[in-house]
Amino acid sequence: MPWTRKDLLGLEPLSAEELRLVLDQVKAFKEVSTRSVKKVPALRGRTVVLCFLEPSTRTRASFELAAKRLSADILQVQPASSSLLKGESVVDTARNIEAMQVDAVVLRHNSSGIPVRVAQAIRPSVINAGDGSHEHPTQGLVDLFTILEKKGRIEGLNVLIVGDVLHSRVARSDFWGLSKLGAKVTFCGPPPLVPAAFEGFGARIATRLEDVLPEADVVIALRIQKERMEEQMIPSFRSYARLYGIDEAKLARAKPDVLIMHPGPVNRGVELAPEVADGPRSVILDQVTNGIAVRMAALFLTISAQEPAASSKPAAQTAAVSL
Amino acid sequence: MIDPARKLDGERDLLIRDGRVERVGKGLSDAGAETVELKGLWVTPGFIDLHVHFRTPGQTHKETIGSGARSAVAGGFTTVCTMANTEPPIDSVPLLEHIQAEAARVGLLNILPLAALTLGLRGETLTEMEGLRKAGAVGFSDDGMPVMRAAVMRRALEYSRGIGVPVVSHCEDKSLSEKGIVHEGVVSARCGLQGIPAESETVMIARDLLLAESTGGHLHVAHVSTAAGVAMIRAAKARGVRVTAEVTPHHLMLTDEAVAGFDSRFKMNPPLRTGNDQAALWEGLRDGTLDAVATDHAPHATAEKEAELEHAPFGVVGLETAFPVLYTRGVLEKRLELPALVAALTCRPAAVLGIQRGTLAEGAIADLTVIDPTIRWTVEPVRFESKGKNSPFAGWELRGQVRDVWVAGRPVLRDRKILLQNGETA
Repeated sequence: MPWTRKDLLGLEPLSAEELRLVLDQVKAFKEVSTRSVKKVPALRGRTVVLCFLEPSTRTRASFELAAKRLSADILQVQPASSSLLKGESVVDTARNIEAMQVDAVVLRHNSSGIPVRVAQAIRPSVINAGDGSHEHPTQGLVDLFTILEKKGRIEGLNVLIVGDVLHSRVARSDFWGLSKLGAKVTFCGPPPLVPAAFEGFGARIATRLEDVLPEADVVIALRIQKERMEEQMIPSFRSYARLYGIDEAKLARAKPDVLIMHPGPVNRGVELAPEVADGPRSVILDQVTNGIAVRMAALFLTISAQEPAASSKPAAQTAAVSL
Repeated sequence: MIDPARKLDGERDLLIRDGRVERVGKGLSDAGAETVELKGLWVTPGFIDLHVHFRTPGQTHKETIGSGARSAVAGGFTTVCTMANTEPPIDSVPLLEHIQAEAARVGLLNILPLAALTLGLRGETLTEMEGLRKAGAVGFSDDGMPVMRAAVMRRALEYSRGIGVPVVSHCEDKSLSEKGIVHEGVVSARCGLQGIPAESETVMIARDLLLAESTGGHLHVAHVSTAAGVAMIRAAKARGVRVTAEVTPHHLMLTDEAVAGFDSRFKMNPPLRTGNDQAALWEGLRDGTLDAVATDHAPHATAEKEAELEHAPFGVVGLETAFPVLYTRGVLEKRLELPALVAALTCRPAAVLGIQRGTLAEGAIADLTVIDPTIRWTVEPVRFESKGKNSPFAGWELRGQVRDVWVAGRPVLRDRKILLQNGETA
């Protein structure tokens, strides 16, 4: 089965077959990263716009390296230098980007759903680099690939996702990817931050970490933001750390080969104790390494799936944005 | 002819003289009268909408009284109640008179303004309700700026008892809805959108029902969206509380699943709720718990609506689709009988306001709507009379369309063309 999607907007729409296909492609590109010359000509002559309308260091760096290793040209659009302000018509924004005759737009935005609407409006590939609390598909793929690499399989694993699930786009992408590939996902965190609705999609919801940590094969800790205290969703970082922070004492009751993951950046001493983040079970830096190969695969597959530039957009896609 | 106030549903002749219905019967003739043949069409009392936003003064780029009036007439409405949350809000007699003067200049239909409940919609100081009532206000509401202080709502309901018009409450506890944009539930969780819990509506309905019960004031609950809200209103009516309520076509027709595509055409307040809520709204409309269908017609400029979902304003237009949508997807799909739908658009909203309209009984003002049930058409917002194109029903294929509208015995819409006062087409 070939890859046919011009966009990568989320892992929710993908089938298990499509996920496996991407993961195979990641493996091939990871091999490239181990060579002394790390560059392939796959996207030579193509232009990739990195449109990060929300602060990001590591995801942008990862996409930039990925595009460079594929020999693509890169255009950076940054908040300070762009006119892309709150309230601007999303469709206008999209059309302006399209008019630059680019091949792909890597889009990060603090509003959920923006990449979905942009992708409907324009011909270039749109890769979601994180939209609001919706999805972060390349981070989800990083986590899938890292687990696969370390554990040899995904099916049948117990994966525990701990923290602010409600506001986490990583948690959603992880959930869809892992559950489609047969893992059992448990969300654990303070009840205001763990939406019970996910039970309807097959997730298990837990409130007490000690109940679910012993059976976990993988623990993915999520970053907790200071705003959650202002919103009365958690009383303090200290009490969060006591209940949901992962330290050596809590890990004493976990499986000896449990993987510890985090999408970064880690609040050390809050989500993860420093000795856990840097400890033997942590694969956080492997996640960062794999990020480049994942983003190479995302750029390569989506751009390769585009129709020839001369052909017109399907009518249905045009209609969807004529508001 | 369908006149639910008199349980009439059959072929009749109608004689109109001097703006009023003179006689209703069979085989009527009058030598001096102009004859209009409407065989095969439906004649109903003119539709009444308890809840529209015509954006005048202050936001006339979204809608004007003129464009709103044309939109209303094109949808079969002969009476609309304009909400007071304009800029500035209608919280004094001169502002109310400004609306009335504009309405008189436009003509076309009856525009009955509501006045603000509190000065500046700030929820602190009551407006001069008796003076506004005397000047023509048909109700009082702060609509989108719900009165958060219970003591203010209590006083308003007490006062309204002596004034004889309803207090219209947009029931929402802002501390629960916060920055939410869609119903809090499965869809908000999946899409990562901030939710508006059902309780933001239900706790306020509960509060206002208790206050209406203790004060004896007439509470009208705007745009009910939750199953629990319907249940509380039903129970309150059963114990004699003076409460009436309305429901919108979009809450009857759509659920929060519509928002999963991140399209702001489905963003309104209260938000689209679940299928369970939707079923309860239909049940409430059937059993009379919900008195009227009101559109909450809320036009916005296209560019405003195209912003990110968080920043796009709440609201949808509804006047030009209300009847055809509810007929096609309500009556034809057996969710509601046709006379019940007509009642919810005519005599029942008239009863909420206590106005002598909404029927074609002999002696009544001759406001009437003529419907061609055979027309098939597709909703194309660019063709709306309203300046607002923000319809959640764009692209829907519908059956039945309003053909003619008469206000006080004078045609204002004929063969879907709007007529000016001198009979020219607009």
